[in-house]
Amino acid sequence: MSYEYIKFGKEEREFREKIEEISGENVFSCYQCGKCSAGCMFSDKMDRTVNQQIHRIQMGQKEKVLAANTHWICASCLTCSVRCPRDIDVAAIMEAIREYILREEPEKIIVSELPKEVLERLPNIALVGNFRKMTG
Amino acid sequence: MKIGVYICECGSNIAGTIDTEKVARSAEPLPKVSVSRVYRYACSEPGQNLITNDIEELGLDRIIVAACSPSMHEPTFRAVLKERGLNPYLLEMVNIREQCSWVHSDKKQATEKAISLLTAAVLRNALQQPLTPKKVGVTNNALVIGGGIAGIQAALDLAEVGYKTYLVEKTPSIGGKMAQLDKTFPTLDCSACILSPKMVDVGRHPNITLLANSEVVEVEGFVGNFKVKIKKKATYVDPVKCTLCDECVPVCPVIIHDEYNENLSPRRAIYIPFPQAVPATYIIEEETCLGIDPLICAKCRDVCGPEAIDFDMKPEIIEEEFGAIVVATGYEAYPIENIGEYGYGSIHNVISGLEFERILSASGPTDGVVRRPSDGKVPKTVVFIHCAGSRDPAKHLPYCSKVCCMYSTKHALQYRHLVHDGTAVNFYIDIRTAGKDYEEFYQRAAEEDGVIYIKGKVSEILEDGDQLLIRGVNTLTSETVEMHADLVVLANGMMPSEGTKKIASMLKLPVDSTGFIREAHPKLKPVDTVISGVFLAGTASGPKDIPETVAHASGAASRASTILAQKELEIDATIANVNEMLCRGCGMCVDSCPYSAIELEAKNSFGHTIKVAVVNEALCKGCGTCSATCLNGAIGHLGYTDNQILAQIKALSQK
Ligand SMILES: Cc1cc2nc3c(=O)[nH]c(=O)nc-3n(C[C@H](O)[C@H](O)[C@H](O)COP(=O)(O)OP(=O)(O)OC[C@H]3O[C@@H](n4cnc5c(N)ncnc54)[C@H](O)[C@@H]3O)c2cc1C
Ligand code: SF4
Ligand code: SF4
Ligand code: SF4
Ligand code: SF4
Repeated sequence: MSYEYIKFGKEEREFREKIEEISGENVFSCYQCGKCSAGCMFSDKMDRTVNQQIHRIQMGQKEKVLAANTHWICASCLTCSVRCPRDIDVAAIMEAIREYILREEPEKIIVSELPKEVLERLPNIALVGNFRKMTG
Repeated sequence: MKIGVYICECGSNIAGTIDTEKVARSAEPLPKVSVSRVYRYACSEPGQNLITNDIEELGLDRIIVAACSPSMHEPTFRAVLKERGLNPYLLEMVNIREQCSWVHSDKKQATEKAISLLTAAVLRNALQQPLTPKKVGVTNNALVIGGGIAGIQAALDLAEVGYKTYLVEKTPSIGGKMAQLDKTFPTLDCSACILSPKMVDVGRHPNITLLANSEVVEVEGFVGNFKVKIKKKATYVDPVKCTLCDECVPVCPVIIHDEYNENLSPRRAIYIPFPQAVPATYIIEEETCLGIDPLICAKCRDVCGPEAIDFDMKPEIIEEEFGAIVVATGYEAYPIENIGEYGYGSIHNVISGLEFERILSASGPTDGVVRRPSDGKVPKTVVFIHCAGSRDPAKHLPYCSKVCCMYSTKHALQYRHLVHDGTAVNFYIDIRTAGKDYEEFYQRAAEEDGVIYIKGKVSEILEDGDQLLIRGVNTLTSETVEMHADLVVLANGMMPSEGTKKIASMLKLPVDSTGFIREAHPKLKPVDTVISGVFLAGTASGPKDIPETVAHASGAASRASTILAQKELEIDATIANVNEMLCRGCGMCVDSCPYSAIELEAKNSFGHTIKVAVVNEALCKGCGTCSATCLNGAIGHLGYTDNQILAQIKALSQK
């Protein structure tokens, strides 16, 4: 029988704190009532329910959180945020997971390596869009 | 003779399953019945008025009410008879609710059964005789057994009303478990700080006689008149002379575990249980002192300046009479060594909730620094396991112990306050926070103090180096999980204390299947017992937290006052009575009576001395065991005579 090893070290704490920082929410406010998942129109399309994602953030289980499709299916309809009895902005937490992934991703375009001729033809807004990913 | 019969519908409770009209009609042709009616709620004011009017207009002199259990409404309807000048014992109740409509579903058969029961009642009612209840005097003193917060509160309330109150505590100090707690949920106020003023009040109150180190050894008598023997153990230190200087302690050669600190620190044979103890005195523990004998050792006596130590002190037997008794003998923590998979008792760093209380306490074995027992290190990860023994009817305690979700939350929160970089993980089945400000307290532990809650049981705890490996499940993620921790605290459930079991059997108080003392009614008489004059305070009747214990204890004091305030009490007239002509003095009834209400007495009969059974009217509960036992048919039952019962049987056997 295999056990999922759980620990509450630095990595776990940092992941949880980053999500809290981005979302502005205290994930420990969640007492796992499931109201968010109960009302989410896309729960059946998600491989982990919304409340399970939040529970895993409480536990600092970064890999499991990121591996789920939940936050990608989320349409940011805010139903969960409106309904949460603990007044947690659940959708902001889903958004924070997406942000977290985007921020961690390697840069797709490294500006300094773009050939000069491409740079000259590129609209400014495209460059700004690329930089934005690194801010926040 | 004119009998009135009233069939109650009890809304749909009875009428839903029984054809009440048919039942009423069945009684009409029976002998002596003048009227037979159906009413929706017989116990309501209009229902009672219906009976009252019939008594006046039709001249009824006996009443039968076919309704619910007599334990509910017999007093109601007896009062109706009494008000109209009839003898209340000429009422007969037929239970067609609990014994018919609630337990049957077939309307036809239930109706037939109701008719049979009613017919039997009519035949019995015609044979019933007027009875007069006896009166007994009342002693206005109260006895409170057990000096935890429950006993303290009950004694203070009774004493404040003005009754002389004895408080008997088994151990050397009052205070009970509350004296061992560090802080109390949900306010985190210090337990000793809120308890000790009450303890001091007990010690000082002019109406309270405090007997510590004492146990009740015998209780005789009945409501208003209990005769009680109390044994007070010798303490070998005169409490008046002892100045609490502590000179005696360092010289005592005996070193044993200190039970106040849950055996986590040592003490001597001469000791004071804790600094705020009441009575405030050192005592010598007879069982561990080298001999209470100056020839063996008298080191303490030699250093005692005020000469408080007296090896010649003897135990005393105190005999007193009391009008009412409050049982406040409390609880014990579940022996968690029974839960093999948690390893308590063999793994040093698996400890109980009360041990953790002492570890948290500034006056405890670690001076309030959270240290684990094995090596004194400050644990960096602590796992708190809820329901240790509770909610496990298959192997341990069947019930929820009610306080442990809250105290485990308190423990985790206090630990996080003391060890800022520490991790507190609670494994739970459900979180139960049913009390004022309790849910808020739990949310605060998670939200502000980052306490982690994992829903699921722990399956085993193993030693792994100097750490513990905890295996269990997280049912919210459907994963089996394992983790390391430095310390595990088990939230032991509550069970009745040895003292509670002992007093229950001494006073013949019925207990639940779990051993807690049973209330006379689970909802409406939560502090009464089935023995009149004996009341319950605190955890002796089941798990309670401190606020509930205090309220329960004040309730017990108030209920006891309803007896102590009387000059005399009326005693139910349906009791056993002896036909002296038939009694041959064999004494079988004496042995059979569960309430010890019968004695054999010598009587002069035509110049010969014979023995006959005599029933103590105040003690007899009217259970009927003696009547069933007597081979001579000499002991009968007022209100349930043989001819009345035979008439019922005859009716029931004619189909
Ligand atoms: C670890 C832990 C933490 C807790 N924390 C809290 C908290 O924070 N807040 C809260 O509200 N509650 C808390 N509780 C619950 C609290 O301890 C009880 O509610 C309270 O102590 C009950 O008081 P009691 O007087 O009924 O029983 P007890 O405290 O058990 O007192 C019974 C007394 O009777 C004496 N006695 C027993 N038998 C006899 C006899 N035959 N003759 C004479 N004397 C006898 C005993 O020696 C004892 O002094 C906690 C419990 C535990 C186990
Ligand atoms: S509704 Fe709120 S409290 Fe309930 S599970 Fe979802 S996030 Fe947690
Ligand atoms: S915001 Fe996202 S997670 Fe919340 S209910 Fe809508 S779709 Fe579901
Ligand atoms: S007599 Fe000796 S053993 Fe007994 S309490 Fe005194 S010092 Fe201790
Ligand atoms: S109060 Fe909580 S920990 Fe205690 S038995 Fe009930 S559910 Fe279990």
